[in-house]
Amino acid sequence: MSDFLLLAFLFLIAGVAAVPIATALGLGSVLGYLIAGIALSPILLLLEVDVVSIQHFAEFGVVMMLFLVGLELEPKRLWEMRNRLLGLGGLQVGLTAALIAGVLIAFQMDWRIAVAVGLILAMSSTAIVLQTLAEKGLLRGDGGQASFSVLLFQDIAVIPILALVPLLAIPGAHHAGAEDGHGAGMSLVADLAGWQAALVTAGAIAVVIAGGMFLTRPLFRYIAKARLREIFVATALMFVVGIALLMTLVGLSPALGTFLAGVVLANSEYRHELESDIDPFRGLLLGLFFMTVGAAIDFQMLWDDLFPILGLTLAVIGAKALVLLVLARVFALRGSEKFLFGLGLAQAGEFGFVLTSFAVSNLVLPEDMAPRLNLIITLSMMLTPGLFILYERVIRPAFDRPVEREDDEITEKGTAIIAGHGRFGGIVNRMLLAAGYKTTVLDHSAAQLDMLRVFGFNVYYGDASRPDLLHAAGIEEAKLLVVAIDDPAQAVAIVHHVTQNHPHVHIIARARDRHHVYQLYNAGCRDVIRETFDSSVRAGRSAYEALGMHPFEAERLARSFVKADRHALYELAQVWDPEIPETQNPAYVQKVREMNEVMEPGAALGAFRERHERGWTPPSPQDTESDRQRIEAARDGA
Amino acid sequence: MARLLHYAAHPSPRTSTANSAMLSRIRGLEGITSLDLYAEYPRYDIDIEDEQQRLLAHDVIVLQFPLFWYSCPALVKEWLDLVWEHGFAYGQGGDRLKGKLLMLAVTTGGPQEAYGAEGYQHYELRTFLTPFEQAARLAQMRFLAPYVLHGALKTEPEAHALGFLRLMTALRDERLDLRAAESADILTHDTLPLMGIN
Ligand SMILES: Cc1cc2nc3c(=O)[nH]c(=O)nc-3n(C[C@H](O)[C@H](O)[C@H](O)COP(=O)(O)O)c2cc1C
Repeated sequence: MSDFLLLAFLFLIAGVAAVPIATALGLGSVLGYLIAGIALSPILLLLEVDVVSIQHFAEFGVVMMLFLVGLELEPKRLWEMRNRLLGLGGLQVGLTAALIAGVLIAFQMDWRIAVAVGLILAMSSTAIVLQTLAEKGLLRGDGGQASFSVLLFQDIAVIPILALVPLLAIPGAHHAGAEDGHGAGMSLVADLAGWQAALVTAGAIAVVIAGGMFLTRPLFRYIAKARLREIFVATALMFVVGIALLMTLVGLSPALGTFLAGVVLANSEYRHELESDIDPFRGLLLGLFFMTVGAAIDFQMLWDDLFPILGLTLAVIGAKALVLLVLARVFALRGSEKFLFGLGLAQAGEFGFVLTSFAVSNLVLPEDMAPRLNLIITLSMMLTPGLFILYERVIRPAFDRPVEREDDEITEKGTAIIAGHGRFGGIVNRMLLAAGYKTTVLDHSAAQLDMLRVFGFNVYYGDASRPDLLHAAGIEEAKLLVVAIDDPAQAVAIVHHVTQNHPHVHIIARARDRHHVYQLYNAGCRDVIRETFDSSVRAGRSAYEALGMHPFEAERLARSFVKADRHALYELAQVWDPEIPETQNPAYVQKVREMNEVMEPGAALGAFRERHERGWTPPSPQDTESDRQRIEAARDGA
Repeated sequence: MARLLHYAAHPSPRTSTANSAMLSRIRGLEGITSLDLYAEYPRYDIDIEDEQQRLLAHDVIVLQFPLFWYSCPALVKEWLDLVWEHGFAYGQGGDRLKGKLLMLAVTTGGPQEAYGAEGYQHYELRTFLTPFEQAARLAQMRFLAPYVLHGALKTEPEAHALGFLRLMTALRDERLDLRAAESADILTHDTLPLMGIN
């Protein structure tokens, strides 16, 4: 127990110390974690910690990451990506492996070993690349999408490669303690004939898709009704872990399975809630993963062989970048996106570790080669953040224009977020949709949600007062937030949070009463709408008309009233102080007194009536006469 | 009987004397459609379809308003801009108002003698009203001389209002001499070209 706590504390302290510094320097969190890992490695060595097994555990972060990526990708978009996925992904793996293998064969290596090494190094790091792309907001651009396609393909390709590697075994080779390093553990399909295995595998995928489509909604709805946050989180985790387990049992990539489940749920109303529940786990696990990569560097070996190993690492990055840039050209990626794709995927990845140990245990690779190969993979991963920085600071600025244009397209996505879809927010939402705007609606009443879904609204379950949910709903890219929730105190809290952290977002807030207006104003909202004010004004206008006032005059009088009342409210909001009750706030009392003075009958709200009186005042006969005299005098004079 | 449609437009009925006297006189007159444009559309949300149907259902259209800055009050212009669409009043297929009559009933603050080359308003009243006249021509309508009260701020409106009643009745009963009304410059309560019994 204390071992575990010590280890957890070490990793946490390293991450907490290194990552904020790295991000503040604009290096990205990945590099921060890697450096933290390197710093930790002597201590871990001292404590005899099995870094590799921690790394295996932390790889689950990748599975979660793919689930989250899937959530952002609607099935339609995935289908649109199919050409890239197969074409770009297939060519990347094939050409990279061929190039590396070819060079190695030219250097007199056994062709079987060369092919295995080529395949191992063809893989890129899903964890590093996706994390970095997401962090820098590059995932939605063209280069980001292409990178994602390739990573997804590699993910799928690992399975056939695992099947292929044993065929490369060098006849007669043998080393001690050889055992099946990777396929160890449970399997549902190990003892089945090929066609049966295929059937079971297809069945498992069908289970994931059908389950995602038909089971999740009633399940999540049931859980949501309990209104227990941690149970919802537990359900989400159960869901992801369950799918990963099922996929492993039938011999498929768990990342692929959760990715599919994510895609299936991309249209679900629980999407944002799932996203914000899983995301912290993903973040922690990936952080741990990156730290283990850093910690796994064998510095002894590196010093002994510094230049050959560094040279080989750079050669691997160069070869991969070359293939990627050629493909980028063939697949018509534009401008800086081409280089994002080319540099971003140029490292080897975590799948390389898996394949290496598998190849060694299958007698494909000589045992003494594995540590060097792992070191090269690790170093190439270490250099990746540097390549991203190169891209961001040097390459992209050179292509500045096209990038800006693409940014516009992206912000189109989540124009408006509506928090609370009741009587108030619902109308705002309908108006925005009717005008063709895209909205993201958050509401925490599962019953309300069901009804809205029936009518085809795009709504999500969630408590909008939680910052992480606002984040998942895309507050960073939103132009507008409408705070229309019932609870006045929570509304103030949201306004406060968003004005502090996302000052670019325009906030429209629904206020219960005058007091609430002051609070919202004080929290930084400048577009406060009193929920019953407009309807009351309309009632007042109707009353004017019923009492015989001309409708146009009633309209103008009502408008003057609104203007005067809003002005008064604004003045009072300026002097209102949350710390002092209104009656004890001298400035406030003074203002109210001033206003009351001019509030005698017939002149309600001061200037209100007087302002109204001005309009279409006919000239007096004297006015007309003086105009006549002036004009005629001017003419006679001329 | 001609189907007569009457629009009155005054943004400040409370302070109006001339136009409200005219309105009181014809209130309840049978067989005509009478509308207060500012009461109908206090928020300027003119219903184009309704208004076009209304125009189609009538033969004679009278627009009554006070002269403001040598033109009509804003809502009348808005009504014209929206309702007299191309394809309806003009342009391709836009002959739906063809053959109908358009007549203005205008009150001015300035006296009669002010409107002319010698007067301080410098132009004839008809010059200021040419946009309406040309609009009627484009819509293939007949444009009658406007029924005018000059010096509305100084004059007792009663005679003018009574004249307006007689004018409206005659238009309804097809007793107005249209040729005379077309060729006149302006019409006043004592120069109405009525046919038959006066
Ligand atoms: C805004 C405004 C503009 C006016 N412009 C003119 C004008 O250009 N020429 C004119 O003779 N009288 C003008 N007048 C005077 C009006 O024509 C006059 O007040 C109206 O015809 C009187 O009718 P009522 O008693 O029904 O309001 C104007 C009056 C107002 C209020």
